[in-house]
Amino acid sequence: MTDLYQSQRAMRNMRRAAMQRGVIAVLDVGTSKIACLILRFDGPDRLREADGVGPMAGQSGFRVIGAATTRSRGVRFGEISVMNETERAIRTAVQAAQKMANVRVDHVIVCFSGAEPRSYGLAGEWALQDSVVTEQDVARVLSACDVPDIGEGREVLHAQPVNFALDHRSGLGDPRGQIGNRLACDMHLLSVEASVIRNLLYCIKRCDLELAGIASSAYVAGVSSLVEDEQELGAACIDMGGGSTGLSIFIKKHMIYADAVRMGGDHVTSDISKGLEVPVAVAERIKTRHGGVQATGMDDREMIETGGESGDWEKDRRSVSRTELIGIMRPRVEEILEEVRVRLDAAGFDCLPSQQIVLTGGASQIPGLDGLAARILGQRVRLGRPLRVQGLPQATTGPAFAAAVGLCLFAAHPQDEWWDFDIPSERIPARSLKRAIRWFRDNW
Amino acid sequence: MQPLKPDAALPRDPAPSRAAYRMHRLWLTPLFRSMLRIGLPVFTVTFSAGLYLSDDTRRAGLAGIWEGAWTAVEERPEFLVNLMAIDGASPALAEAIRSKLALRFPLSSFDIDMAATAARIEELDAVADADLRVRSGNVLQVTVTERLPVVIWRTQAELSLLDIEGRRVARVFSRMDRPDLPLIAGEGANAAVPEALALLAAAGPIQPRLRGMVRMGERRWDIVLDRDQRILLPETDPVPALERVIALDKAEALLARDVITVDLRNKDRPVLRLAPDAMTILRASQGVETGASSL
Repeated sequence: MTDLYQSQRAMRNMRRAAMQRGVIAVLDVGTSKIACLILRFDGPDRLREADGVGPMAGQSGFRVIGAATTRSRGVRFGEISVMNETERAIRTAVQAAQKMANVRVDHVIVCFSGAEPRSYGLAGEWALQDSVVTEQDVARVLSACDVPDIGEGREVLHAQPVNFALDHRSGLGDPRGQIGNRLACDMHLLSVEASVIRNLLYCIKRCDLELAGIASSAYVAGVSSLVEDEQELGAACIDMGGGSTGLSIFIKKHMIYADAVRMGGDHVTSDISKGLEVPVAVAERIKTRHGGVQATGMDDREMIETGGESGDWEKDRRSVSRTELIGIMRPRVEEILEEVRVRLDAAGFDCLPSQQIVLTGGASQIPGLDGLAARILGQRVRLGRPLRVQGLPQATTGPAFAAAVGLCLFAAHPQDEWWDFDIPSERIPARSLKRAIRWFRDNW
Repeated sequence: MQPLKPDAALPRDPAPSRAAYRMHRLWLTPLFRSMLRIGLPVFTVTFSAGLYLSDDTRRAGLAGIWEGAWTAVEERPEFLVNLMAIDGASPALAEAIRSKLALRFPLSSFDIDMAATAARIEELDAVADADLRVRSGNVLQVTVTERLPVVIWRTQAELSLLDIEGRRVARVFSRMDRPDLPLIAGEGANAAVPEALALLAAAGPIQPRLRGMVRMGERRWDIVLDRDQRILLPETDPVPALERVIALDKAEALLARDVITVDLRNKDRPVLRLAPDAMTILRASQGVETGASSL
């Protein structure tokens, strides 16, 4: 646990150093594409008078100066399965973004969708020494949370304090400086497979980059595609990616639950490929150009050429009706949404005051998805697009880039995490001088 | 059966190689970039220049080329000066200037230091001011303003001509060389030439009798007339004192009498000194007999 604390703090310091230098890269390692954005931080107040919209949740503080996307290879279910291929894909994306931005980036913040995230709700209590809550007390109450057994080979990805309670007053965002006797806190902890993170770390290292932060893509997609009141009142963001579908539940601007379904758009494509007996690339093209999940009266008459170069004329000249295509796609999409429904029910989503559901991610662009999702998930469903940030190219403003844009916002305004607070002084070991010396040796 | 052309649906691998990726990142490093774009050319030029100049004969050769080019420019006929013209000087002075400068023509105008040459000309006593310029036609034009002698100053060693400021102009060998100029004498007389000229102007009626003026003790003037008569003028306001003597002379014919000196040094008590026997002769002519000896 302390090891994680150190490594997460090291990443946080790296992120600060990158902000000082002014340039940081954001990398979304997805199953179907890898997106790299390069951000330049040039002071928060540059546009404040000009556009009259105020700081806008921090996204006016940076500007996207480089953006590149490449087809992802070697990634399955949001996890790295072939290291070399993934490394090459990351290199491609980073180099193209660097070329566009014409700067060299050394620090990168990464998000990924797989690795079986699991959420835990933690609670801790602390009796205050003197009646005023200090930063030390916050750190103590956070470390007083009883950590559940997250399992062998798993690592904590996020540990965010969600709620503070002071005596009988709950729902405090920032308890510092307030007066009371007992401080209690609720913490949301997200654990993922450690091996996935290690692979990703190794891959980033092989690309000569320094990791300045790591996030779950379900979380950052929620940050970018939920509007402010949705985050405040309670909403679920469903990020339908290529290999996995992430879902995150927000209330009071904090993520309280995150999970992932290991199915996504690639499964739809492979269903089409199997059902129509066409190559995967052709199936992908048919899905994106003609796909849908809502049957209409026109469908029987809309014939789709499958094409092909097998040499067999009969096979190459086949055509399928759109009805058949919908008949293949719809069960799989329904299955994904049913699975999401199960996860939402397990999380107790129906107890939230507002049950808004926002669909985003590349697979959410299937025509008719919002109607189907409304029947399975509940009536309040909308399709979400990521927030607009400065300098983002038009090609990367679609819902497929919700996680990348969310990662930009995460880089500019990270949520307080457990490791942002100093270890309470009792826990600092006596050999801190030795540690200081080691730090010097490592860093100079 | 294989398709004839490669599968169009599979694009080629766009990934850069590790080396290309590293090179690209290196090239984007600002320090490396500036080193390559500025540092490397500067270093190359400096190093090759240093390498070339490290040899003595090459350095000498370069210096020779430079000298040759400079000489070629200097010796162009446009820059040559062939003769010197001197204006405003008497022939003797012009000859003195020529012999003092001793310029050997033809000469490049780059080699003539105008200010120093003008200063050397002005070292001559007779020259008040010299102006040098290279005129068109390759002539060094020297315009000289001569000092104008106004008095002759007799010292124990020599006779010299002084201008109005008291500066020495030239030496004369005899008083008769310049009979038109008045004569002054005495130590420090050259410092009071304007006062002497003012006295001369005031001495109108006795001008024919005036032999010269003597500076006494570097503070006052004596006017010496013929018959060894002297007028001793005071230190301050000598001109009114002289006018007073002239008025006395006009009224009483003072200077025509047997008087040796008229002493006006103390203006409240003018004193006359008579010739040794003058008083006796005067009394005798009036019929007064004294028993005093001539001593």
